[in-house]
Amino acid sequence: MATTAVANPVERENYLNTNYGIKSWLLTTDHKRIAILYLISITLMFFIGGFFATLIRLELLTPQGDLMTADTYNKVFSMHGIVMVFFFLIPSIPATLGNFLIPMMIGAKDLAFPRINLLSWYIYIVSACLLIYVIVNGGVDTGWTFYTPFSTTYSNTNVFLAGIAIFINGFSSILTGLNFIVTLHRMRAPGMTWSRLPLFCWSHYATSVIQVLGTPVIAITLALVAIERVWHIGIFDPKVGGDPVLFQHMFWFYSHPAVYIMILPSMAVMSEIITCFSRKRIFGYAFVALASIGIAVIGFLVWAHHMFVAGISAYAALVFSLLSYFVAVPSAIKVFNWTATMYKGNISLRTPMLYALGFIGLFTIGGMTGLFLACLGIDPHVTDTYFVVAHFHFIMVGGAVMAYLGGIHFWWPKMTGRMYSEIWGKVAAFLIFAGFNLTFLPQFILGYAGMPRRYHAYVPEYQVLNVLSTAGASILALGYLLPLIYLLSSLRNGAIAGDNPWAAQGLEWKTSSPPPTFNFEETPVVTWEAYDYEQMPKEVPVVS
Amino acid sequence: MSASTTEAVAQHSLQHHFATMEQQRQSTTLGMWIFLVTEIMFFGGLFTAYLVYRTAHPDVWEMGSQHMEFWLGTINTVILLTSSFFVALSVHYAQRGMTKITALLLFLTVLCGIGFLGIKAVEYHNHYKEGTVPGPWWHYNQVENPDGTTRPAPHELQLFFYLYFVMTGLHALHVTIGIVLLALIGLWAWQGKYTAEYHNPVHISGLYWHFVDLVWIFLYPLLYLIANKHA
Repeated sequence: MATTAVANPVERENYLNTNYGIKSWLLTTDHKRIAILYLISITLMFFIGGFFATLIRLELLTPQGDLMTADTYNKVFSMHGIVMVFFFLIPSIPATLGNFLIPMMIGAKDLAFPRINLLSWYIYIVSACLLIYVIVNGGVDTGWTFYTPFSTTYSNTNVFLAGIAIFINGFSSILTGLNFIVTLHRMRAPGMTWSRLPLFCWSHYATSVIQVLGTPVIAITLALVAIERVWHIGIFDPKVGGDPVLFQHMFWFYSHPAVYIMILPSMAVMSEIITCFSRKRIFGYAFVALASIGIAVIGFLVWAHHMFVAGISAYAALVFSLLSYFVAVPSAIKVFNWTATMYKGNISLRTPMLYALGFIGLFTIGGMTGLFLACLGIDPHVTDTYFVVAHFHFIMVGGAVMAYLGGIHFWWPKMTGRMYSEIWGKVAAFLIFAGFNLTFLPQFILGYAGMPRRYHAYVPEYQVLNVLSTAGASILALGYLLPLIYLLSSLRNGAIAGDNPWAAQGLEWKTSSPPPTFNFEETPVVTWEAYDYEQMPKEVPVVS
Repeated sequence: MSASTTEAVAQHSLQHHFATMEQQRQSTTLGMWIFLVTEIMFFGGLFTAYLVYRTAHPDVWEMGSQHMEFWLGTINTVILLTSSFFVALSVHYAQRGMTKITALLLFLTVLCGIGFLGIKAVEYHNHYKEGTVPGPWWHYNQVENPDGTTRPAPHELQLFFYLYFVMTGLHALHVTIGIVLLALIGLWAWQGKYTAEYHNPVHISGLYWHFVDLVWIFLYPLLYLIANKHA
């Protein structure tokens, strides 16, 4: 290969070996180094969240509440939700892969605001430290939803500090979104028009719009809850004429679009992986691009489907139900287009592609069961049951985490210059897929049969399915530990990747691996469309 | 200032990852506009709460508005509008490279901002004396009827004052940040850091100040002018 002609690619000046001091990392403004800082921090948070998931599944192994008290269980599922949603899923793909790749994909030297990018990581770290302090100081038991008046008046846990932690964390998300929007508008290389932009960037653009418009609302809402905790009077307090349902509206105005903050970046990763490992142009580029924007827009108009049993008016419920059906359309367009891209493609089942195929199946199941929940007739029956739990885990774990891992594997050679072990990669992907299904498919049945969520004990009839679910969770846990081991070991033992180990299209593959600090020797001029795989080899090369 | 030094200043201000000054100017301006959008959503949550509760308790809202000091609020509105005028002028002179006048106008804006906060503090103090600060400081429990008798004050009045303090308090926080920002920019303008070619920090700080002003333009009628007492 032409790329291996250079004597030893690892020795070339790149963003990793340019400087080794601790200060050169903590004060860096290089988007690639900040992405690595984020990668390390969110991995830590992922395993903290996973620890709480383990406790949940262990408690639910038996019908009796024998491992922990009801109060402890309340704290455990609350901490699981808060850590996973705000500190892992929301920053996951944008802050790591998005941060690393967007400037490279558009041929820029860096994001538009490198120092603000570093600031966003520090804000994340401050909020994460505050949250860890809350965890070791007794936790919080309100659920990740902080519903009033329980959170403002009755809970005896650290609601104030947890609310402040999420408030602070929100600014890290806002600044990342702001940075991406300006970067995509103003930093594109000559010839990189909007219609040549990789779909990764389109999806991140839509994500950023949601981050910028939605996050301030959750920030002010949780600030009001925090103030209410301190002053013992506040705008959601029924004693002075306040309305707890207003809290739910303001909370879900952000927290439903937040689901799209988690899933749109996964779709971004999907479009890149599917095209590369099918050796084909994406089917219907414009539709996939505009579907991202469609999801961002409609996604802001469906929030009250979380509140069908909260006493909202029948007319409001009707409208929100209808709009919730509409939001499924752009998601379906994407799934159909990925499938059509694979049709008659030259598919190679490498590790990233395994995750991508897993994503398509699991995301489709998660999305379809979402339609059950959007249906006014079915929703009251399954509200607050394990059916809901299974539904959103199919989207967030089956969808977002699968795509995140697929993306990490796909771009690992670019980020580190090394190949991971393909065999271990496939083993982990299979374990995660099998473990995931065994964990969450039984929960659909449990929920439909009436098992409520957020209880530490249940009637004995539900035990068989719960044992299956816990068994699946242990396989899943193993599947998540494996990549941590073989990816880290690849840093030392992995084969030298070369600039473009997958023979993939996209500007990020046209520079060296790992890339130099300013990404390109000289600013590229783009004269081609995205995903022009006609020009590329028919097979994905094997580097080992 | 000679052409070559102007160019030197411009090149010194160009950050490494931008290709041209124009690209840098457009990026920072767009960044500030998007930041202001997030601010609109931030205040938007409070305005939504105001709307919901005013619809639910219209008579209490009118009663609450009668406790606002009309003249102090009006003077503050005039002060803020004047300060925005100074900022607009400062941007005008910055574009012409007249940095000393730019700096003086920014310092005038800072004075207006401090004056605004001073008057706001007087109002807060009056509410404190009156007992209309929600929470442990609330002592306003009796309302006087037209015939001189009294009746219990409605509980929802605390809700009005809670929103009043959170909304104006958040706004005052933004004014404070604006004062610090404009004072710094004014200082740098005085030191000749900006030129006709490079003065974007003046421009985008000005955008921020106009936004803070605009929020008050909504707060003033919603809080001070909905009572019927001047009819």
